[in-house]
Amino acid sequence: MPCLPRSLLRPLAILVLGAAAFAAQAQSTLRIGLAEDPDALDPSLARTFVGRVVFAALCDKLFDIDEKLNVVPQLATGYEWSGDGKALTLKLRQGVTFHDGEKFDAAAVKFNIERHKTIPGSNRRGELAPVSSVNVVDPGTVRLNLSAPFAPLLAALTDRAGMMVSPKAAQAAGDKFAAHPVCSGPYKFVERVPQDRMVLERYANYWNKAAVHIDRITYVPIPDATVRLANLRSGQLDFIERVAPSDMEKIVKEKKFKTASITEIGYQGITINVGKSDKAKNNPLGRDRRVREAFELALDRQGLVQVVMDNEAIVGNQWVPPSNTFYAKNMPVPKRDVNRAKALLKEAGVPNPSFTLLTPTTSDAQRIALVVQAMTREAGFDVKIQAAEFATSLNMADKGDFEAYVLAWSGRPDPDGNLYSFDACNQPLNYAGYCDAETDKLIKASREVRDVNERKKLFEQIAARVLKERPIVYVYHRKWLWAYNPKLTGVRNIPDGLLRVQGLKMGNGA
Amino acid sequence: MFDYLVKRIAQLLPTLVLVSMLIFGLQQLLPGDPAKILAGEEQDPAVVEYLRKKMHLDEPLPVRYAYWVGGVLRGDLGESIRNQQPVLDLVVQKLPVTLQLAAMAMAIALVIGIPAGIVSAVARGSIWDWTANLFALWGISTPNFWLGILLILLFAVNLGWLPASGYVSPFEDLWGNLQAMLMPAFVLGNAIAAVLMRHTRSAMLQVLSADYVRTARAKGLDEKTVVLKHALRNALTPVITLGALELGTLLSGAVLTEQVFTIPGFGKLIVDAVFNRDYAVVQGVVMVTATAYMVLNLLADLAYFAVNPRLRH
Repeated sequence: MPCLPRSLLRPLAILVLGAAAFAAQAQSTLRIGLAEDPDALDPSLARTFVGRVVFAALCDKLFDIDEKLNVVPQLATGYEWSGDGKALTLKLRQGVTFHDGEKFDAAAVKFNIERHKTIPGSNRRGELAPVSSVNVVDPGTVRLNLSAPFAPLLAALTDRAGMMVSPKAAQAAGDKFAAHPVCSGPYKFVERVPQDRMVLERYANYWNKAAVHIDRITYVPIPDATVRLANLRSGQLDFIERVAPSDMEKIVKEKKFKTASITEIGYQGITINVGKSDKAKNNPLGRDRRVREAFELALDRQGLVQVVMDNEAIVGNQWVPPSNTFYAKNMPVPKRDVNRAKALLKEAGVPNPSFTLLTPTTSDAQRIALVVQAMTREAGFDVKIQAAEFATSLNMADKGDFEAYVLAWSGRPDPDGNLYSFDACNQPLNYAGYCDAETDKLIKASREVRDVNERKKLFEQIAARVLKERPIVYVYHRKWLWAYNPKLTGVRNIPDGLLRVQGLKMGNGA
Repeated sequence: MFDYLVKRIAQLLPTLVLVSMLIFGLQQLLPGDPAKILAGEEQDPAVVEYLRKKMHLDEPLPVRYAYWVGGVLRGDLGESIRNQQPVLDLVVQKLPVTLQLAAMAMAIALVIGIPAGIVSAVARGSIWDWTANLFALWGISTPNFWLGILLILLFAVNLGWLPASGYVSPFEDLWGNLQAMLMPAFVLGNAIAAVLMRHTRSAMLQVLSADYVRTARAKGLDEKTVVLKHALRNALTPVITLGALELGTLLSGAVLTEQVFTIPGFGKLIVDAVFNRDYAVVQGVVMVTATAYMVLNLLADLAYFAVNPRLRH
């Protein structure tokens, strides 16, 4: 093989090294490990949590939430409610463009809200149900007209219902939009290989480009938590979500990676059939609220958190965590009281009630069932466990073919999102079959009133009623567990469990 | 021979039709309303209704089957309701991955299993035989997902020699592709190697005690020729059968291994589709796998002719 002349070696080496260094600097990539493969990347059709993780980088929304669940500006810079609460006027950010260069303006907002409400199969209809029409006031101002006041609307606009896609691209793609989504977020879509990876790259004309420091993001779905962690350890990933609680202690001790432990906005609970089907009256648990009270009193919530979640959860007894502004302080978490539970059962005439606890086959749900079975045995309960694949269990719950069901809810920023569908009469997620006219009235009022203190009072009244009947026994609130490369800075711990990409920096120079 | 081939290919079509009807019918037995399962967390009744219409769930089973067959004849295998992607695209994307994994696993299985079986039979009762049997027992008993995770911890996390998981297309980065596929192929291949080794050993032992082998030795042929040329060719017949069956199993997707190593192949696709009641995907994948399986069996039968001249009538 011919040798290079010595005189050329040095400049060549410098050139090669320089090119390598330039290349290394020019393309910084953040590799994120997801717990599942997202579904369709279309904000109107999307229905999974993990899809929202990708949307956080791909699609900006009208508003966002911060660490304290406050609504903060994103594509909209301000808002104003009309006096009667039936119109919400939004002031829009100027100079924003979509990834295809189209302008973001009031007409685009109108297009998007209408798309969310009308596209066949849209999962956003319920969230935007009270929005009856949208008016373009001027290119920088848009007004949403409501059929009735609806306080949770702002919170809905901080999630997929507030995501804005390019009208031109959406119209051109029709129902194939998800194959190549065009939004206005900090990163634009490059490619997606299902169950393999999603690649996004920095959008050069992002309105907040000063906050974007990383060139590319690759999302890799790796369902097995052990393998996800192995990828982080081997250096193939920079960030992983949903670390297994049993791994967390070791990672924190090792100090090789940074971690985050964020209390969720959802909950883990046990839904009891109190009126969904005949099974309610045929079983003492469904029939008699004293038996349900005894059941709750027999639970040691802290014990459950310790055994099931390796302490990576906080105890709760309502649809929002105790740290939430709207937590009803008049109904604190009850302490375990086996004697009182036994007394209640005696009073109800059923010292040894027996019922079947349906659980999906996910490992933590099954663990909950086992621990609950053991704990409540002390009070005299005979709990039988029935495990079923998740979709099957959901189907059984929907038909009322259960007595009690271990079910979690991922949560929404506004407490209404954790309450209405479950406790209002005949709502699709009201598997318990709970229906109380007075509670319905209170829930309706809590959706219409905007004043925080007034809403707090209403939620206290609702809690007093709902927690007495116990259609759902709320047990704890899980924590979002993250682990990531210590060179990554700027990570914000927002309770919805989604990684915000603005402000992220990767080590030196990125 | 040609007639045989034509006859076998003609048998393919009615078998495929039968398989398609079977899988279509079996899917209906899955509990749950697929429209509700695909409708998302909020369970919006309008979305459920829309999905029900889209999947023709209100129509009788034969009508739904007819819709599907009509689509297939037009080259449309339907759409994944969950991902809004055509099933044909998913199959085209994932089939090469599964084929590569299956081929590599099979190659590893053959390279380890058959020589181990031969050595074990020829040196019967010796330390080699004992070692090969131990390896076979280990290979068959070790769960794939456990072995997979251990290999990841050793080679990726501790030694850093191979990637922990994932897949790279060979057209993008051939070396990266081979590195990514090595561990999963080994995990799958080693279990099959163990089975192949046992079958090769027992077939070889039977053949080595046959008269014509004694004759070959008496004629003064060296042991290597006796074993490899005379004995092995006859011993291979049952091994080919087994190999074809194992390869067929590999093609339907090695679910656990794909899950552990995050290989985007058929296995994970079909399991997720079943859990999500994404009928069109299950249907499409099963049909492709069934076709591949039948083609493989045909090739295996043709291989018999090559190996055993007595079958060529």
